[in-house]
Amino acid sequence: MTTTLTEIKHLPTLALLFCCEYLAIFKKTVAMHEVFLCRVAAHPILRKDLNFHVFLEYNQDLSVRGKNKKEKLEDFFKNMVKSADGVIVSGVKDVDDFFEHERTFLVEYHNRVKDASAKSDKMTRSHKNVADDYNRIGSSLYALGTQDSTDICKFFLKVSELFDKTRKIEARVSADEDLKLSDLLKYYLRESQAAKDLLYRRSRSLVDYENANKALDKARAKNKDVLQAETTQQICCQKFEKISESAKQELIDFKTRRVAAFRKNLVELAELELKHAKGNLQLLQSCLAVLNGDT
Amino acid sequence: MAAQRETPLLVEVHPADFEVLEDGKNVFASSVSTLESSSSSPELASLPAEDLSTNSNGPKPAEFMPDDDREELFAEATEEVSLDSPVRDPVLSPEPIPASTPVTPITLGAPRMESKTVTAPVIFDRSREEIEEEASGDLLDIEINVLDPEKVGDGMNAYMAYRVTTKTSLSMFHKNELSVKRRFSDFLGLHSKLATKYMHIGYIVPPAPEKSIVGMTKVKVGKEDSSSAEFVEKRRAALERYLQRTAKHPTLLQDPDLRQFLESSELPRAVNTQALSGAGILRMVNKAADAVNKMTIKMNESDAWFEEKQQQFENLDQQLRKLHASVEALVCHRKELSANTAAFAKSAAMLGNSEDHTALSRALSQLAEVEEKIDHLHQEQAFSDFYVFSELLGDYIRLIAAVKGVFDHRMKCWQKWQDAQIILQKKREAEAKLQLANRLDKLQQAKDDIKEWETKVQQGEKDFEHISKTIREEVQRFERERVKDFKTVIIKYLESLVQTQQQLIKYWEAFLPEAKSIA
Repeated sequence: MTTTLTEIKHLPTLALLFCCEYLAIFKKTVAMHEVFLCRVAAHPILRKDLNFHVFLEYNQDLSVRGKNKKEKLEDFFKNMVKSADGVIVSGVKDVDDFFEHERTFLVEYHNRVKDASAKSDKMTRSHKNVADDYNRIGSSLYALGTQDSTDICKFFLKVSELFDKTRKIEARVSADEDLKLSDLLKYYLRESQAAKDLLYRRSRSLVDYENANKALDKARAKNKDVLQAETTQQICCQKFEKISESAKQELIDFKTRRVAAFRKNLVELAELELKHAKGNLQLLQSCLAVLNGDT
Repeated sequence: MAAQRETPLLVEVHPADFEVLEDGKNVFASSVSTLESSSSSPELASLPAEDLSTNSNGPKPAEFMPDDDREELFAEATEEVSLDSPVRDPVLSPEPIPASTPVTPITLGAPRMESKTVTAPVIFDRSREEIEEEASGDLLDIEINVLDPEKVGDGMNAYMAYRVTTKTSLSMFHKNELSVKRRFSDFLGLHSKLATKYMHIGYIVPPAPEKSIVGMTKVKVGKEDSSSAEFVEKRRAALERYLQRTAKHPTLLQDPDLRQFLESSELPRAVNTQALSGAGILRMVNKAADAVNKMTIKMNESDAWFEEKQQQFENLDQQLRKLHASVEALVCHRKELSANTAAFAKSAAMLGNSEDHTALSRALSQLAEVEEKIDHLHQEQAFSDFYVFSELLGDYIRLIAAVKGVFDHRMKCWQKWQDAQIILQKKREAEAKLQLANRLDKLQQAKDDIKEWETKVQQGEKDFEHISKTIREEVQRFERERVKDFKTVIIKYLESLVQTQQQLIKYWEAFLPEAKSIA
């Protein structure tokens, strides 16, 4: 009879465990999507995009085609070219102080965010391992409690219950750390990469502009295709100035958003950690009161 | 002062016992009632009793205890009381018995033993009663600590010396405060002696900590890293728990070997504990032989209690092993968590440094500080996980092995009794044959043989009853101690968890306003 009891007790726990896991992942995904949509909605240009409007308003299923093999291959090559090019382009020193500062800042920041994100992931995983261990300890204590013949069996059962409850809290700590810290860092890893890409595109356009200038000088010197060279140079100039302007704004926004996001998440992280620690403390203290009262 | 307390007891008890002997009543029963001690004392008394006969005055007429012998015993007792008895120790410790065979004082003839046990319990029960008087509520007034591990010597001959301090008001010790230096093999030697003397008559002798070649080699080689420091600390704590547990046992506490261990400044080196010594190899052979024998003994268990208890201990063993494995995993993961938190703290500090928004930068640095403090918290918690919880479980798994060993001894005892009965039967048959063949010359021998084996059978039965009784009491005591130990330790462990949570609350409460102040 005791074995069936053990089994029955732990069936719901297993199902609960699975649900807890699923819920945690679901919460994460939902949060990430919300952040993404809010970003797009806040963007002065992107918010006007037709695709975005369709996404938000169309009340039936959208049929989204995944990238086919050809498109995936194209993406792959584009990335290769970009990184190779990026090395060349990053050698070009920028005249503008703002962008020069931004570039140095972003390169360093990106690397550090990458490191912090990886370490944060490891930390939250360790937390989860500890929570799982609590679960196993709880089950072992339960088995001890049901099989013991002395008066310690009640004791074991109470402690087993405590471990079950504290495990849930520890698992939530891990999930919340994951949501508020790890995901934040992961997001800003990608954001800082996107910012770096923007800078790269601007540098690319600068190089094109400078090349166009050189071509124009050469054309004027040879007095051949001057008009064409002038047009090209003007287009490049416009492109460069346009990208410089929007990039500047984007980068300033990036900073504002970053500060706001970090503030929100760090405050929420601290509040959740406090909530869980207090919950844990109360559990432990009430259990101790019962145990000490019994002995 | 101690003398005043003790002598009235001696005077009062002794005449009563003499009367009992003259009446021919069962010595054990009345000595139990008059002395008001637990029945384990007659068995214990039987050990020194035999030695008294071998050491003092040679072989004596068996039935009656001569007066001068009694006086001598009293003289020794009073000497003991005056706390100046180097004489007493060799008399009472069964050292004369060769080390290679287990001590079996009970093999001597029964009548002889019966007379001796009349007086011997007196000596033991004096100190036992003293212990029991102080042990109101199982708190013996003796405190043992193992401290200050110190490396002695160099290279492969180096060893760790531990300081063993004892604080006690028990009069059987020479002083109230003792301090000696011991090495690991000394502890093993002590356990070996105690196990040899007491396990085969049913006492659960606490096992000594395990040897570790890898651990010790690192220490010997001189690696001054944290893993060898951890190893030494683990061992020190284990040795302390071992001594405390041994001293808690009222019978073992009276043992002269334990006393010598705690008191003497010089202890003969216990070379027999080395794994590769002659004695070590003999031990291994005996262990293997025992294992084979255990499988072949089919005991008719007349007492269901023993079967039940054995099954219970088997279950308990399995459950404890599982729990122990889970707690060990917890220790491992908590250490990982600590390391990962520390790494994250450093990373967050770096991120804070490169962040060019001042308020956010400051907040990130503070997050790094919080995480660093939390890392230390995790380290302390892992320490607690291990030393409080995990080691207790390890100790009890080894203790249960000792309990199983004691049950096995009982089986062997039963086997011996059965074997004696078979041989007795054979002797009777042999005698009958000789009768028929009218071989008068060999008949006397056969009759003598029968007498001899009848006594052996009686002895065997008595031994079996004794060991069964002792085991019952020991198991009860063990269960009581187990319940106490687990309750104390688990409560201590939960308190450590409480502390961790309280600290966590403090740290995050300090951080929250910092995070909110990011503008």
